[in-house]
Amino acid sequence: MLLKPSRAVGIAGYGAYIPRYRLPASEVAEMWSDGAAGLPITEKAVPGLDEDTATIAIEAARNALRRAAIAPTDLRAIWVGSESHPYAVKPTSTIVAEALEAAPLVQAADWEFACKAGSEAIIAAVGMVGSSMADYAMGIGADTAQGRPGDALEYTAGAGGAAIIIGPAANSLALFEGSLSYVTDTPDFWRRPQAEYPSHGMRFTGDPAYFHHILTAGEMLLAEMKRTPQDYRFVVLHQPNVKFPTRAAAELGFKQEQWQAGLLVGQIGNTYSGASIVGLTAALDVAAPGDRILVISFGSGAGSDAMSFEVTAQIEQRRNLAPTTADYVARRTVIDYATYLRYRGKLKMK
Amino acid sequence: MHIARNWRVKRQRYSLQGELCHHCGSHVFPPRDVCPECARPAYDPFRLSGLGEVYSHTTVYEAPAGFQEQAPYSLALIRLHEGPLLTAQLTDVDPKEVRIGMPVEMVTRKLSVEGDEGLIQYGYKFRPRLLAQAA
Ligand SMILES: [Zn+2]
Repeated sequence: MLLKPSRAVGIAGYGAYIPRYRLPASEVAEMWSDGAAGLPITEKAVPGLDEDTATIAIEAARNALRRAAIAPTDLRAIWVGSESHPYAVKPTSTIVAEALEAAPLVQAADWEFACKAGSEAIIAAVGMVGSSMADYAMGIGADTAQGRPGDALEYTAGAGGAAIIIGPAANSLALFEGSLSYVTDTPDFWRRPQAEYPSHGMRFTGDPAYFHHILTAGEMLLAEMKRTPQDYRFVVLHQPNVKFPTRAAAELGFKQEQWQAGLLVGQIGNTYSGASIVGLTAALDVAAPGDRILVISFGSGAGSDAMSFEVTAQIEQRRNLAPTTADYVARRTVIDYATYLRYRGKLKMK
Repeated sequence: MHIARNWRVKRQRYSLQGELCHHCGSHVFPPRDVCPECARPAYDPFRLSGLGEVYSHTTVYEAPAGFQEQAPYSLALIRLHEGPLLTAQLTDVDPKEVRIGMPVEMVTRKLSVEGDEGLIQYGYKFRPRLLAQAA
């Protein structure tokens, strides 16, 4: 069940982007429940009026290119995973490819699988480079998520993204060791084309969806690779709130010092397709050669991709070629709920 | 070759693609195929670094159609490191914090949106530089 390419590949470059505005969860709570509700995160990142999934993807991709130290035209694929593409019909990936100057001789497509679209694109890039069809391919996960005003999702639906360039092992900052994916048809979260905001099947969001898929993919990957949690310095899980990934990582046998570097949801919110990948970039920013990183994404509907990486010595020279994920987390301007409504154009209520 | 010309227009907007004059070494932006310094042909595409400084600036309160929701915003004349001066909107900055000489870097952002059904236009803006060492 383990996926491994025939040619050794790895992460040649990585980059993240997080918008500068922050909405404290206490602002949302004050609006809807007199501040009485328990808060799932501290604050979330909110995109500016001139930002969307395409602009987030472009900046994350430029950072990844800087660290990969390759020409944009060396990229043979640019795949953008998101559930908030700016157009229903017109690809985000061609806008990104053009802005990077990687067009026109490149594969480009948008991927969809709720919050798993970005990790799926990265595994496809591993396949493309691992089969020697190409030397470099980029997978991006980025979102500007929206929750219905007053809905539980409004506390956490954040904005951000990350880009991963897969390349040959010789030019890698972290080697790809293997992946395992686990998917089922599960009705935990959905949005029909005409609906402005998503719906969720309350009973389904926790145990049968998030925990079942994350834990199964993680346990199976560890078993097939004959690894234990002790073999990893970092574990990064999809993070819709602080509670879910903390509980899932503990159930897999990991400890807090293994998950805290990649757990950003408390400061930036749930970045959906970006969530586990932005966490991976934060772990890479502080990793040492030889460290192993386990990443497990989750997308509603539902499925998980578990991926294992081992950091190489090249990380030391290359990680400073672009802003770190912590630089973006630290760059913050707090806004109030009224400003948030203006930035998000959130006037439609149901 | 109008397709190639369209790319160059898009690229000047998305990623600051200009030209390099092989005769005198000047960087040209926006691309105009003639060097403004030595008046000789300058055709070689050159991607500008996107790093520069605020040369002068103003705050726009009464924005033109398509830009109203962003007002007030800063409009600046930027001196790029390679030499050219260009006009651009500043982003991710409070207009009150803008200073002449402020180091800025290019980002690609939404410039305007044609209502609910039209196209979204993307292009360059500048923001305060994120990394001090990226000079
Ligand atoms: Zn000249």
